[in-house]
Amino acid sequence: MSKWHFVTDGFVKNNPTFVLVLGMCPTLATTTSAMNGLEMGLATMFVLILSNIVISLIAPMVPDKVRIPVYITVIATFVTVLQLLMQAFTPSVYETLGLFIPLIVVNCIVLGRAEGFANKHSVGESALDGLGVGLGFTASLTVIGIVREILGSGSLFGWKFIAGDGILAFVMAPGAFLVLGFLMVLFNKYLAKK
Amino acid sequence: MAAESTLKNMVLCLSAVCLICAAVVGGAYAMTKEPIDEAARAKTTASIAAVLPEFAGTPEQASVNVDGTDYTYYKTDSGCAVISSTSGFGGALTLMVGIASDGTVHNTTVLSHTETPGLGAKCTTDEHFIGQFQGFDPKQKSLTVKKDGGDLDAITASTITSRAYALAVSNAVKVFNKLNEGGQGNE
Repeated sequence: MSKWHFVTDGFVKNNPTFVLVLGMCPTLATTTSAMNGLEMGLATMFVLILSNIVISLIAPMVPDKVRIPVYITVIATFVTVLQLLMQAFTPSVYETLGLFIPLIVVNCIVLGRAEGFANKHSVGESALDGLGVGLGFTASLTVIGIVREILGSGSLFGWKFIAGDGILAFVMAPGAFLVLGFLMVLFNKYLAKK
Repeated sequence: MAAESTLKNMVLCLSAVCLICAAVVGGAYAMTKEPIDEAARAKTTASIAAVLPEFAGTPEQASVNVDGTDYTYYKTDSGCAVISSTSGFGGALTLMVGIASDGTVHNTTVLSHTETPGLGAKCTTDEHFIGQFQGFDPKQKSLTVKKDGGDLDAITASTITSRAYALAVSNAVKVFNKLNEGGQGNE
């Protein structure tokens, strides 16, 4: 019996961005370029995998009534560790993402997976689920970032192929909503066909 | 599957989790403190080197008060790098401005900003705009944008950012002038 579907579920059926529509704040705010989207996704995935593992381990020992504060504490710990590590070893990435790293604590995806999956499944399954959902989130953010960067700045991963400016609205908030909306339609159309 | 929620085990569990988490965060802090300081120092050193002509030795950090604002600056044998902050379109715009010993602006670099991506944020990449400040002589020309009667081209559609940038540079020039008229040791 393969456990591979825990990973693919997070990627397609439970895609956090286009299907569950969770974690919209970092999704809209950090996807101004493909690289930013990718980095934000990876940062979230790091927290997601570790918090899923730890929470699935401690869930049987945690009294029901205090589980949410316990989960939040665990998640906040990993986010803080991540923040310190990024400040130390990738200061330039930390500068771009800035405020949105500490905000991973309140990202509904992380708590959602802890509460909705990790506390009912084994450690291995939870780790795979964290990986899947994390990859799904990363891929979605990168795709949104790619579209916004092409339309908004005429470049891709920083490589500029159109001289001059793109359509600036796509780099700013309105473009984020537009691109997210259209991609969500496309994704769900594809899912419905299957 | 979850343990029973009695007051005793709730308190115990929460305290234990908090203790462990605090220990983990504390450990991570202790481990990363050195690299974080190192990265911050490297960044400062790199931006000083970027805005000043080649210099020997280590830049000396000091601060000075000009018109009620404290400025941090780094003194070297080729000039002076001043950290100058003004408010741009989206918040504080902080520059490192290098002024050579002859009083001309050598180069500028943005330390931090919150300008609009694609508009004001171009102040970090727009070569024409940044290039105007290289070798700028504040005694010959006026450090304001053309719209305000000065000699600088503003970034298209980002006059507020351009003004803030120009103001930051001109404040840095003021700092430099104050340092030089009052002699050294004016800390």
